[in-house]
Amino acid sequence: MGIQYTNRAKPVDRSPMTWVERLYLWNILKGMAITLKHFFKKKPTIQYPEQTRTFSKVFRGLHILNRDEEGRERCTACGLCAVACPAEAITMEAAEREEGEEHLYREEKYAAKYEINMLRCIFCGYCEDACPKDAIYLSQTFTPANYNRKGFIYKKEDLLIPNPVTEPEAYQKALGTISRENQITEEVN
Amino acid sequence: MYLLATDWFFIIEKLILIALVVTLSMIVAMYATYGERKVAAFIQDRIGPNRAGPFGLLQPLADGGKLFFKEEIIPLASSKFLFVLGPVLAMVTALLTSAVIPWGSPAVIAGRTVPLQVADINIGILYVFGVVSLGVYGIMIGGWASNNKFSLLAAIRGASQMISYELAMGLSLIAVLMLTGSLQMSTIVQNQLDNGWNIIYQPLGFLIFFICALAECNRTPFDLPEAESELNFGYHQEYSSMKLGFYLFAEYINMFISGVIMSTLYFGGYDIPFVNEASWGISQNLLAFISFVVLLCKAFFFVFVFMWIRWTVPRFRFDQLMHLGWKRLVPLALVNMLITALVVLLLNK
Repeated sequence: MGIQYTNRAKPVDRSPMTWVERLYLWNILKGMAITLKHFFKKKPTIQYPEQTRTFSKVFRGLHILNRDEEGRERCTACGLCAVACPAEAITMEAAEREEGEEHLYREEKYAAKYEINMLRCIFCGYCEDACPKDAIYLSQTFTPANYNRKGFIYKKEDLLIPNPVTEPEAYQKALGTISRENQITEEVN
Repeated sequence: MYLLATDWFFIIEKLILIALVVTLSMIVAMYATYGERKVAAFIQDRIGPNRAGPFGLLQPLADGGKLFFKEEIIPLASSKFLFVLGPVLAMVTALLTSAVIPWGSPAVIAGRTVPLQVADINIGILYVFGVVSLGVYGIMIGGWASNNKFSLLAAIRGASQMISYELAMGLSLIAVLMLTGSLQMSTIVQNQLDNGWNIIYQPLGFLIFFICALAECNRTPFDLPEAESELNFGYHQEYSSMKLGFYLFAEYINMFISGVIMSTLYFGGYDIPFVNEASWGISQNLLAFISFVVLLCKAFFFVFVFMWIRWTVPRFRFDQLMHLGWKRLVPLALVNMLITALVVLLLNK
């Protein structure tokens, strides 16, 4: 005897079939009773585009690049997320903040280019963990769709959260797509 | 003078009836595909088509449209005439059967009694058998003309299956004919109206007939001619577009018609069960309509049972199929026939 994994194991019955079993009809009727039972069962289907299932609070969807409360980009292009990324989906180019750009970028350095290849990304959330500036989060949004591969490389414009100062409504809506837990850390900050 | 002597009303009446019956079979077959998908879905804990129109009711139209727009491929090595003839034959034979079925009690239009039956011929049930046997040609010609060994093998499988099961079917039917004493469909129904449904006298005969009907319609567990998953899609492998649609459509029409025939032969046809409709005192036309609806309900029930069986029972192996047909059903039908003959003789009915 090997290891018993479940208590459902049944010894093989090699006794010859009874007359009823050989008739086959009775067993067909039993099978039909089972299928009829399923016919009236409640269906577990979720009508997807109209209905969505509720995800866990820590669901890892598409990325979002965060801004601070004055609407400045938090990312400083340190590259830690790109290093942490096991799928090597993130590329960025850093640039220095010029005079008069203080309302755009929080610190002296910022990401001039920030791209995530959503076809490579495995949504592990290591970038979120690695980020020292609270700049990248995984949102609740998922199922990106596109007609060509190029469209799956998300640029900085696609990733940035709307500006809370100039577009407060869009910002609040985008916040809703970030998971609850992140919003709490946001409030703490 | 000859033209004047012709009963024009009769011809128009029959033409309208034919048009109605053919349209009805088509529409029912169309929605049988929808029903099949819904039944399959519900049995498998799914919802089924629900996007095209409310409850997905336009799905058959969408499917038909898709089939029309598919590319029409006729293999180069095929015999073109026969290749086209195959699906046409399948469709025509499927539709022809409906001609002798009494669809309801007679209606009265403009003082004339109009029987809801296209042709009340005195060999009705023989006609049905003849036409059903012709259905083999649709499969056989289609498989042969494709010039593809898989299609041909599937066609041979299908032909041998249908011929084998026709035997047991015919034998089980003889018992019914002995009870009625007539081959005429209207007489068979009238006899059941007077003496109770044939299912009471012929439960075993009905069971054999039902199993054979499954085999004749190429339905699971006897759908070896098609066997899409493991036997290379069967005789319509080379077919595409609406020609394939015709084959699939013919299958559903066959299913509906065999449901109607089973209700006519064993379940009292258009008889409304458990009531004496003559005592209602309603008009004859209304009664005709109600009886027609009752017949449809019975037929739809059988169509549902066909689908139900399809999504429950796995397919037979070919030797099991032949074993069941020749060694079980044929002897059983013979015994059933002999016993019925003895009882009829002893009771001297």
